[in-house]
Amino acid sequence: MSEKWLRVAVVTAMILLVEALCRIDVIPRMVMIAPSDMVVELGKLLASGQFSADIQITFTNIAISTVLSVLLGFAAGVIIYSLPSLRDAIEPLLASYYAVPTFVFYPIFITLFGVGSASIIAIAVLLAVVSMITATLNGLDRIPRVLRKTGQIYRMSRVKTALLIELPAAMPYLFTGVKLAVAYSFIGVIASEFILSGAGVGYAIAYAYNLFENGHMYALMLLVLIVVTVVNTLLNIVDRRLQARRQR
Amino acid sequence: MPRSAGTLLVLLALIVLWQGLHLLVGASSLASPVQTVTKLAALLATGEFWLNVSETMRAFVAAFAISLAGGITLGIVLGVRKLAGNVAEPILTTLYSIPKVVLYPLVLLCFGLGISAKIAFGVMHGLIPITLFSMNAIRQMKPVYRRTSQVMRLSPSQNAFTVIMPAILPEIISGVRLGFSLTLLGVLIGEMFASQRGLGFMLTSAINIGQIDTIMAIALLLTVFAVTCNTLMMRFDRRLTHR
Repeated sequence: MSEKWLRVAVVTAMILLVEALCRIDVIPRMVMIAPSDMVVELGKLLASGQFSADIQITFTNIAISTVLSVLLGFAAGVIIYSLPSLRDAIEPLLASYYAVPTFVFYPIFITLFGVGSASIIAIAVLLAVVSMITATLNGLDRIPRVLRKTGQIYRMSRVKTALLIELPAAMPYLFTGVKLAVAYSFIGVIASEFILSGAGVGYAIAYAYNLFENGHMYALMLLVLIVVTVVNTLLNIVDRRLQARRQR
Repeated sequence: MPRSAGTLLVLLALIVLWQGLHLLVGASSLASPVQTVTKLAALLATGEFWLNVSETMRAFVAAFAISLAGGITLGIVLGVRKLAGNVAEPILTTLYSIPKVVLYPLVLLCFGLGISAKIAFGVMHGLIPITLFSMNAIRQMKPVYRRTSQVMRLSPSQNAFTVIMPAILPEIISGVRLGFSLTLLGVLIGEMFASQRGLGFMLTSAINIGQIDTIMAIALLLTVFAVTCNTLMMRFDRRLTHR
């Protein structure tokens, strides 16, 4: 417990340090506004509703791309798992997949789908889907053999085995994939909006940067950081529960 | 090697798919594999292209070197100091999972447009994974190694080079592999958003003038480069673990 408080103290000290440096103008206002001002700006911005359309687009896209990646990744994982020869062929490619800087394909999607949600979701799914495939394969691999044998003894049908035995047994690993898919969807959507798009939080940050609107820019940055941290914390809580179940 | 034959077959299928898609949507939206390779060869023959490659490479090498040195040092310190490690780990994992691209304007305001901003942004991507992996490598080192070296009364330097280094190297290499790809990604995103030179800049300026073959040639080059480096590191890793 003391570690937790120490951590809170460290983070608070860092924020206070930045706040102090901003207040005594060691960090000029042109570079960064004080953290307390960021919170004030964020409050004003949310109250005015100026960016609510952008915020809505971004989080809708993130949700769509997460759902798509999880479903597609799970389906692809199951198919690859059931075809061992395909799996042998594909595994080396999966291993080096994340070495590829996926964003270099974003321009290609733009020429294919145009600037807009379609190309943004496409790049986010491309980024997120493989972690779900890997997690699915990993989860299916680690179903203890005794569970399937038990299913056979009870003469369960294939569907029942899948739903009542295989899915729950693989769940903790699948959830790791879901967690990664969420993280990659966030990165994929916001980074694409940032590089080239006409709407969304990433776009709004880039736009504010170009206009030197530091108030808006830092408020939006803070918004993204808060949302990501909250989502991650929630996912980690669920994850810890599932992992505890695995160890039982 | 039937295994790699299968992989080749899958790659071949991907190229066929690419060609099919090209025929479906037309040459103005998607260049064919042959066009892409020809364009890449043409680009590689020009001096200007190499200027951009060397700009990206300079930023990448500098960022990777800083991430490597900083990440391993930080990771070892946090791994040895238990309390510091326990306090820092959740902070680091949170930092690792935020989309760092939203912080790029901050980096630009601190470092100005130019190579140092790209390097800083690359380091932001690469430093944390290398730190986390190195820290866990130290923590998960079997206690028997430490005790054995105590029993054999090894000097600190002997202990470092003959016991600790070999024990944690495989884990560190996994971190370095991840750090490598993320640093490259960071440098490229930095160049795509705001830069006057480099491969990322070439990509965004190619979108604006609609040169799909240039985009695909650069994407192909970067993919081949990244996959080759990753494969080499994996080979090295496998050789270490099967020693």
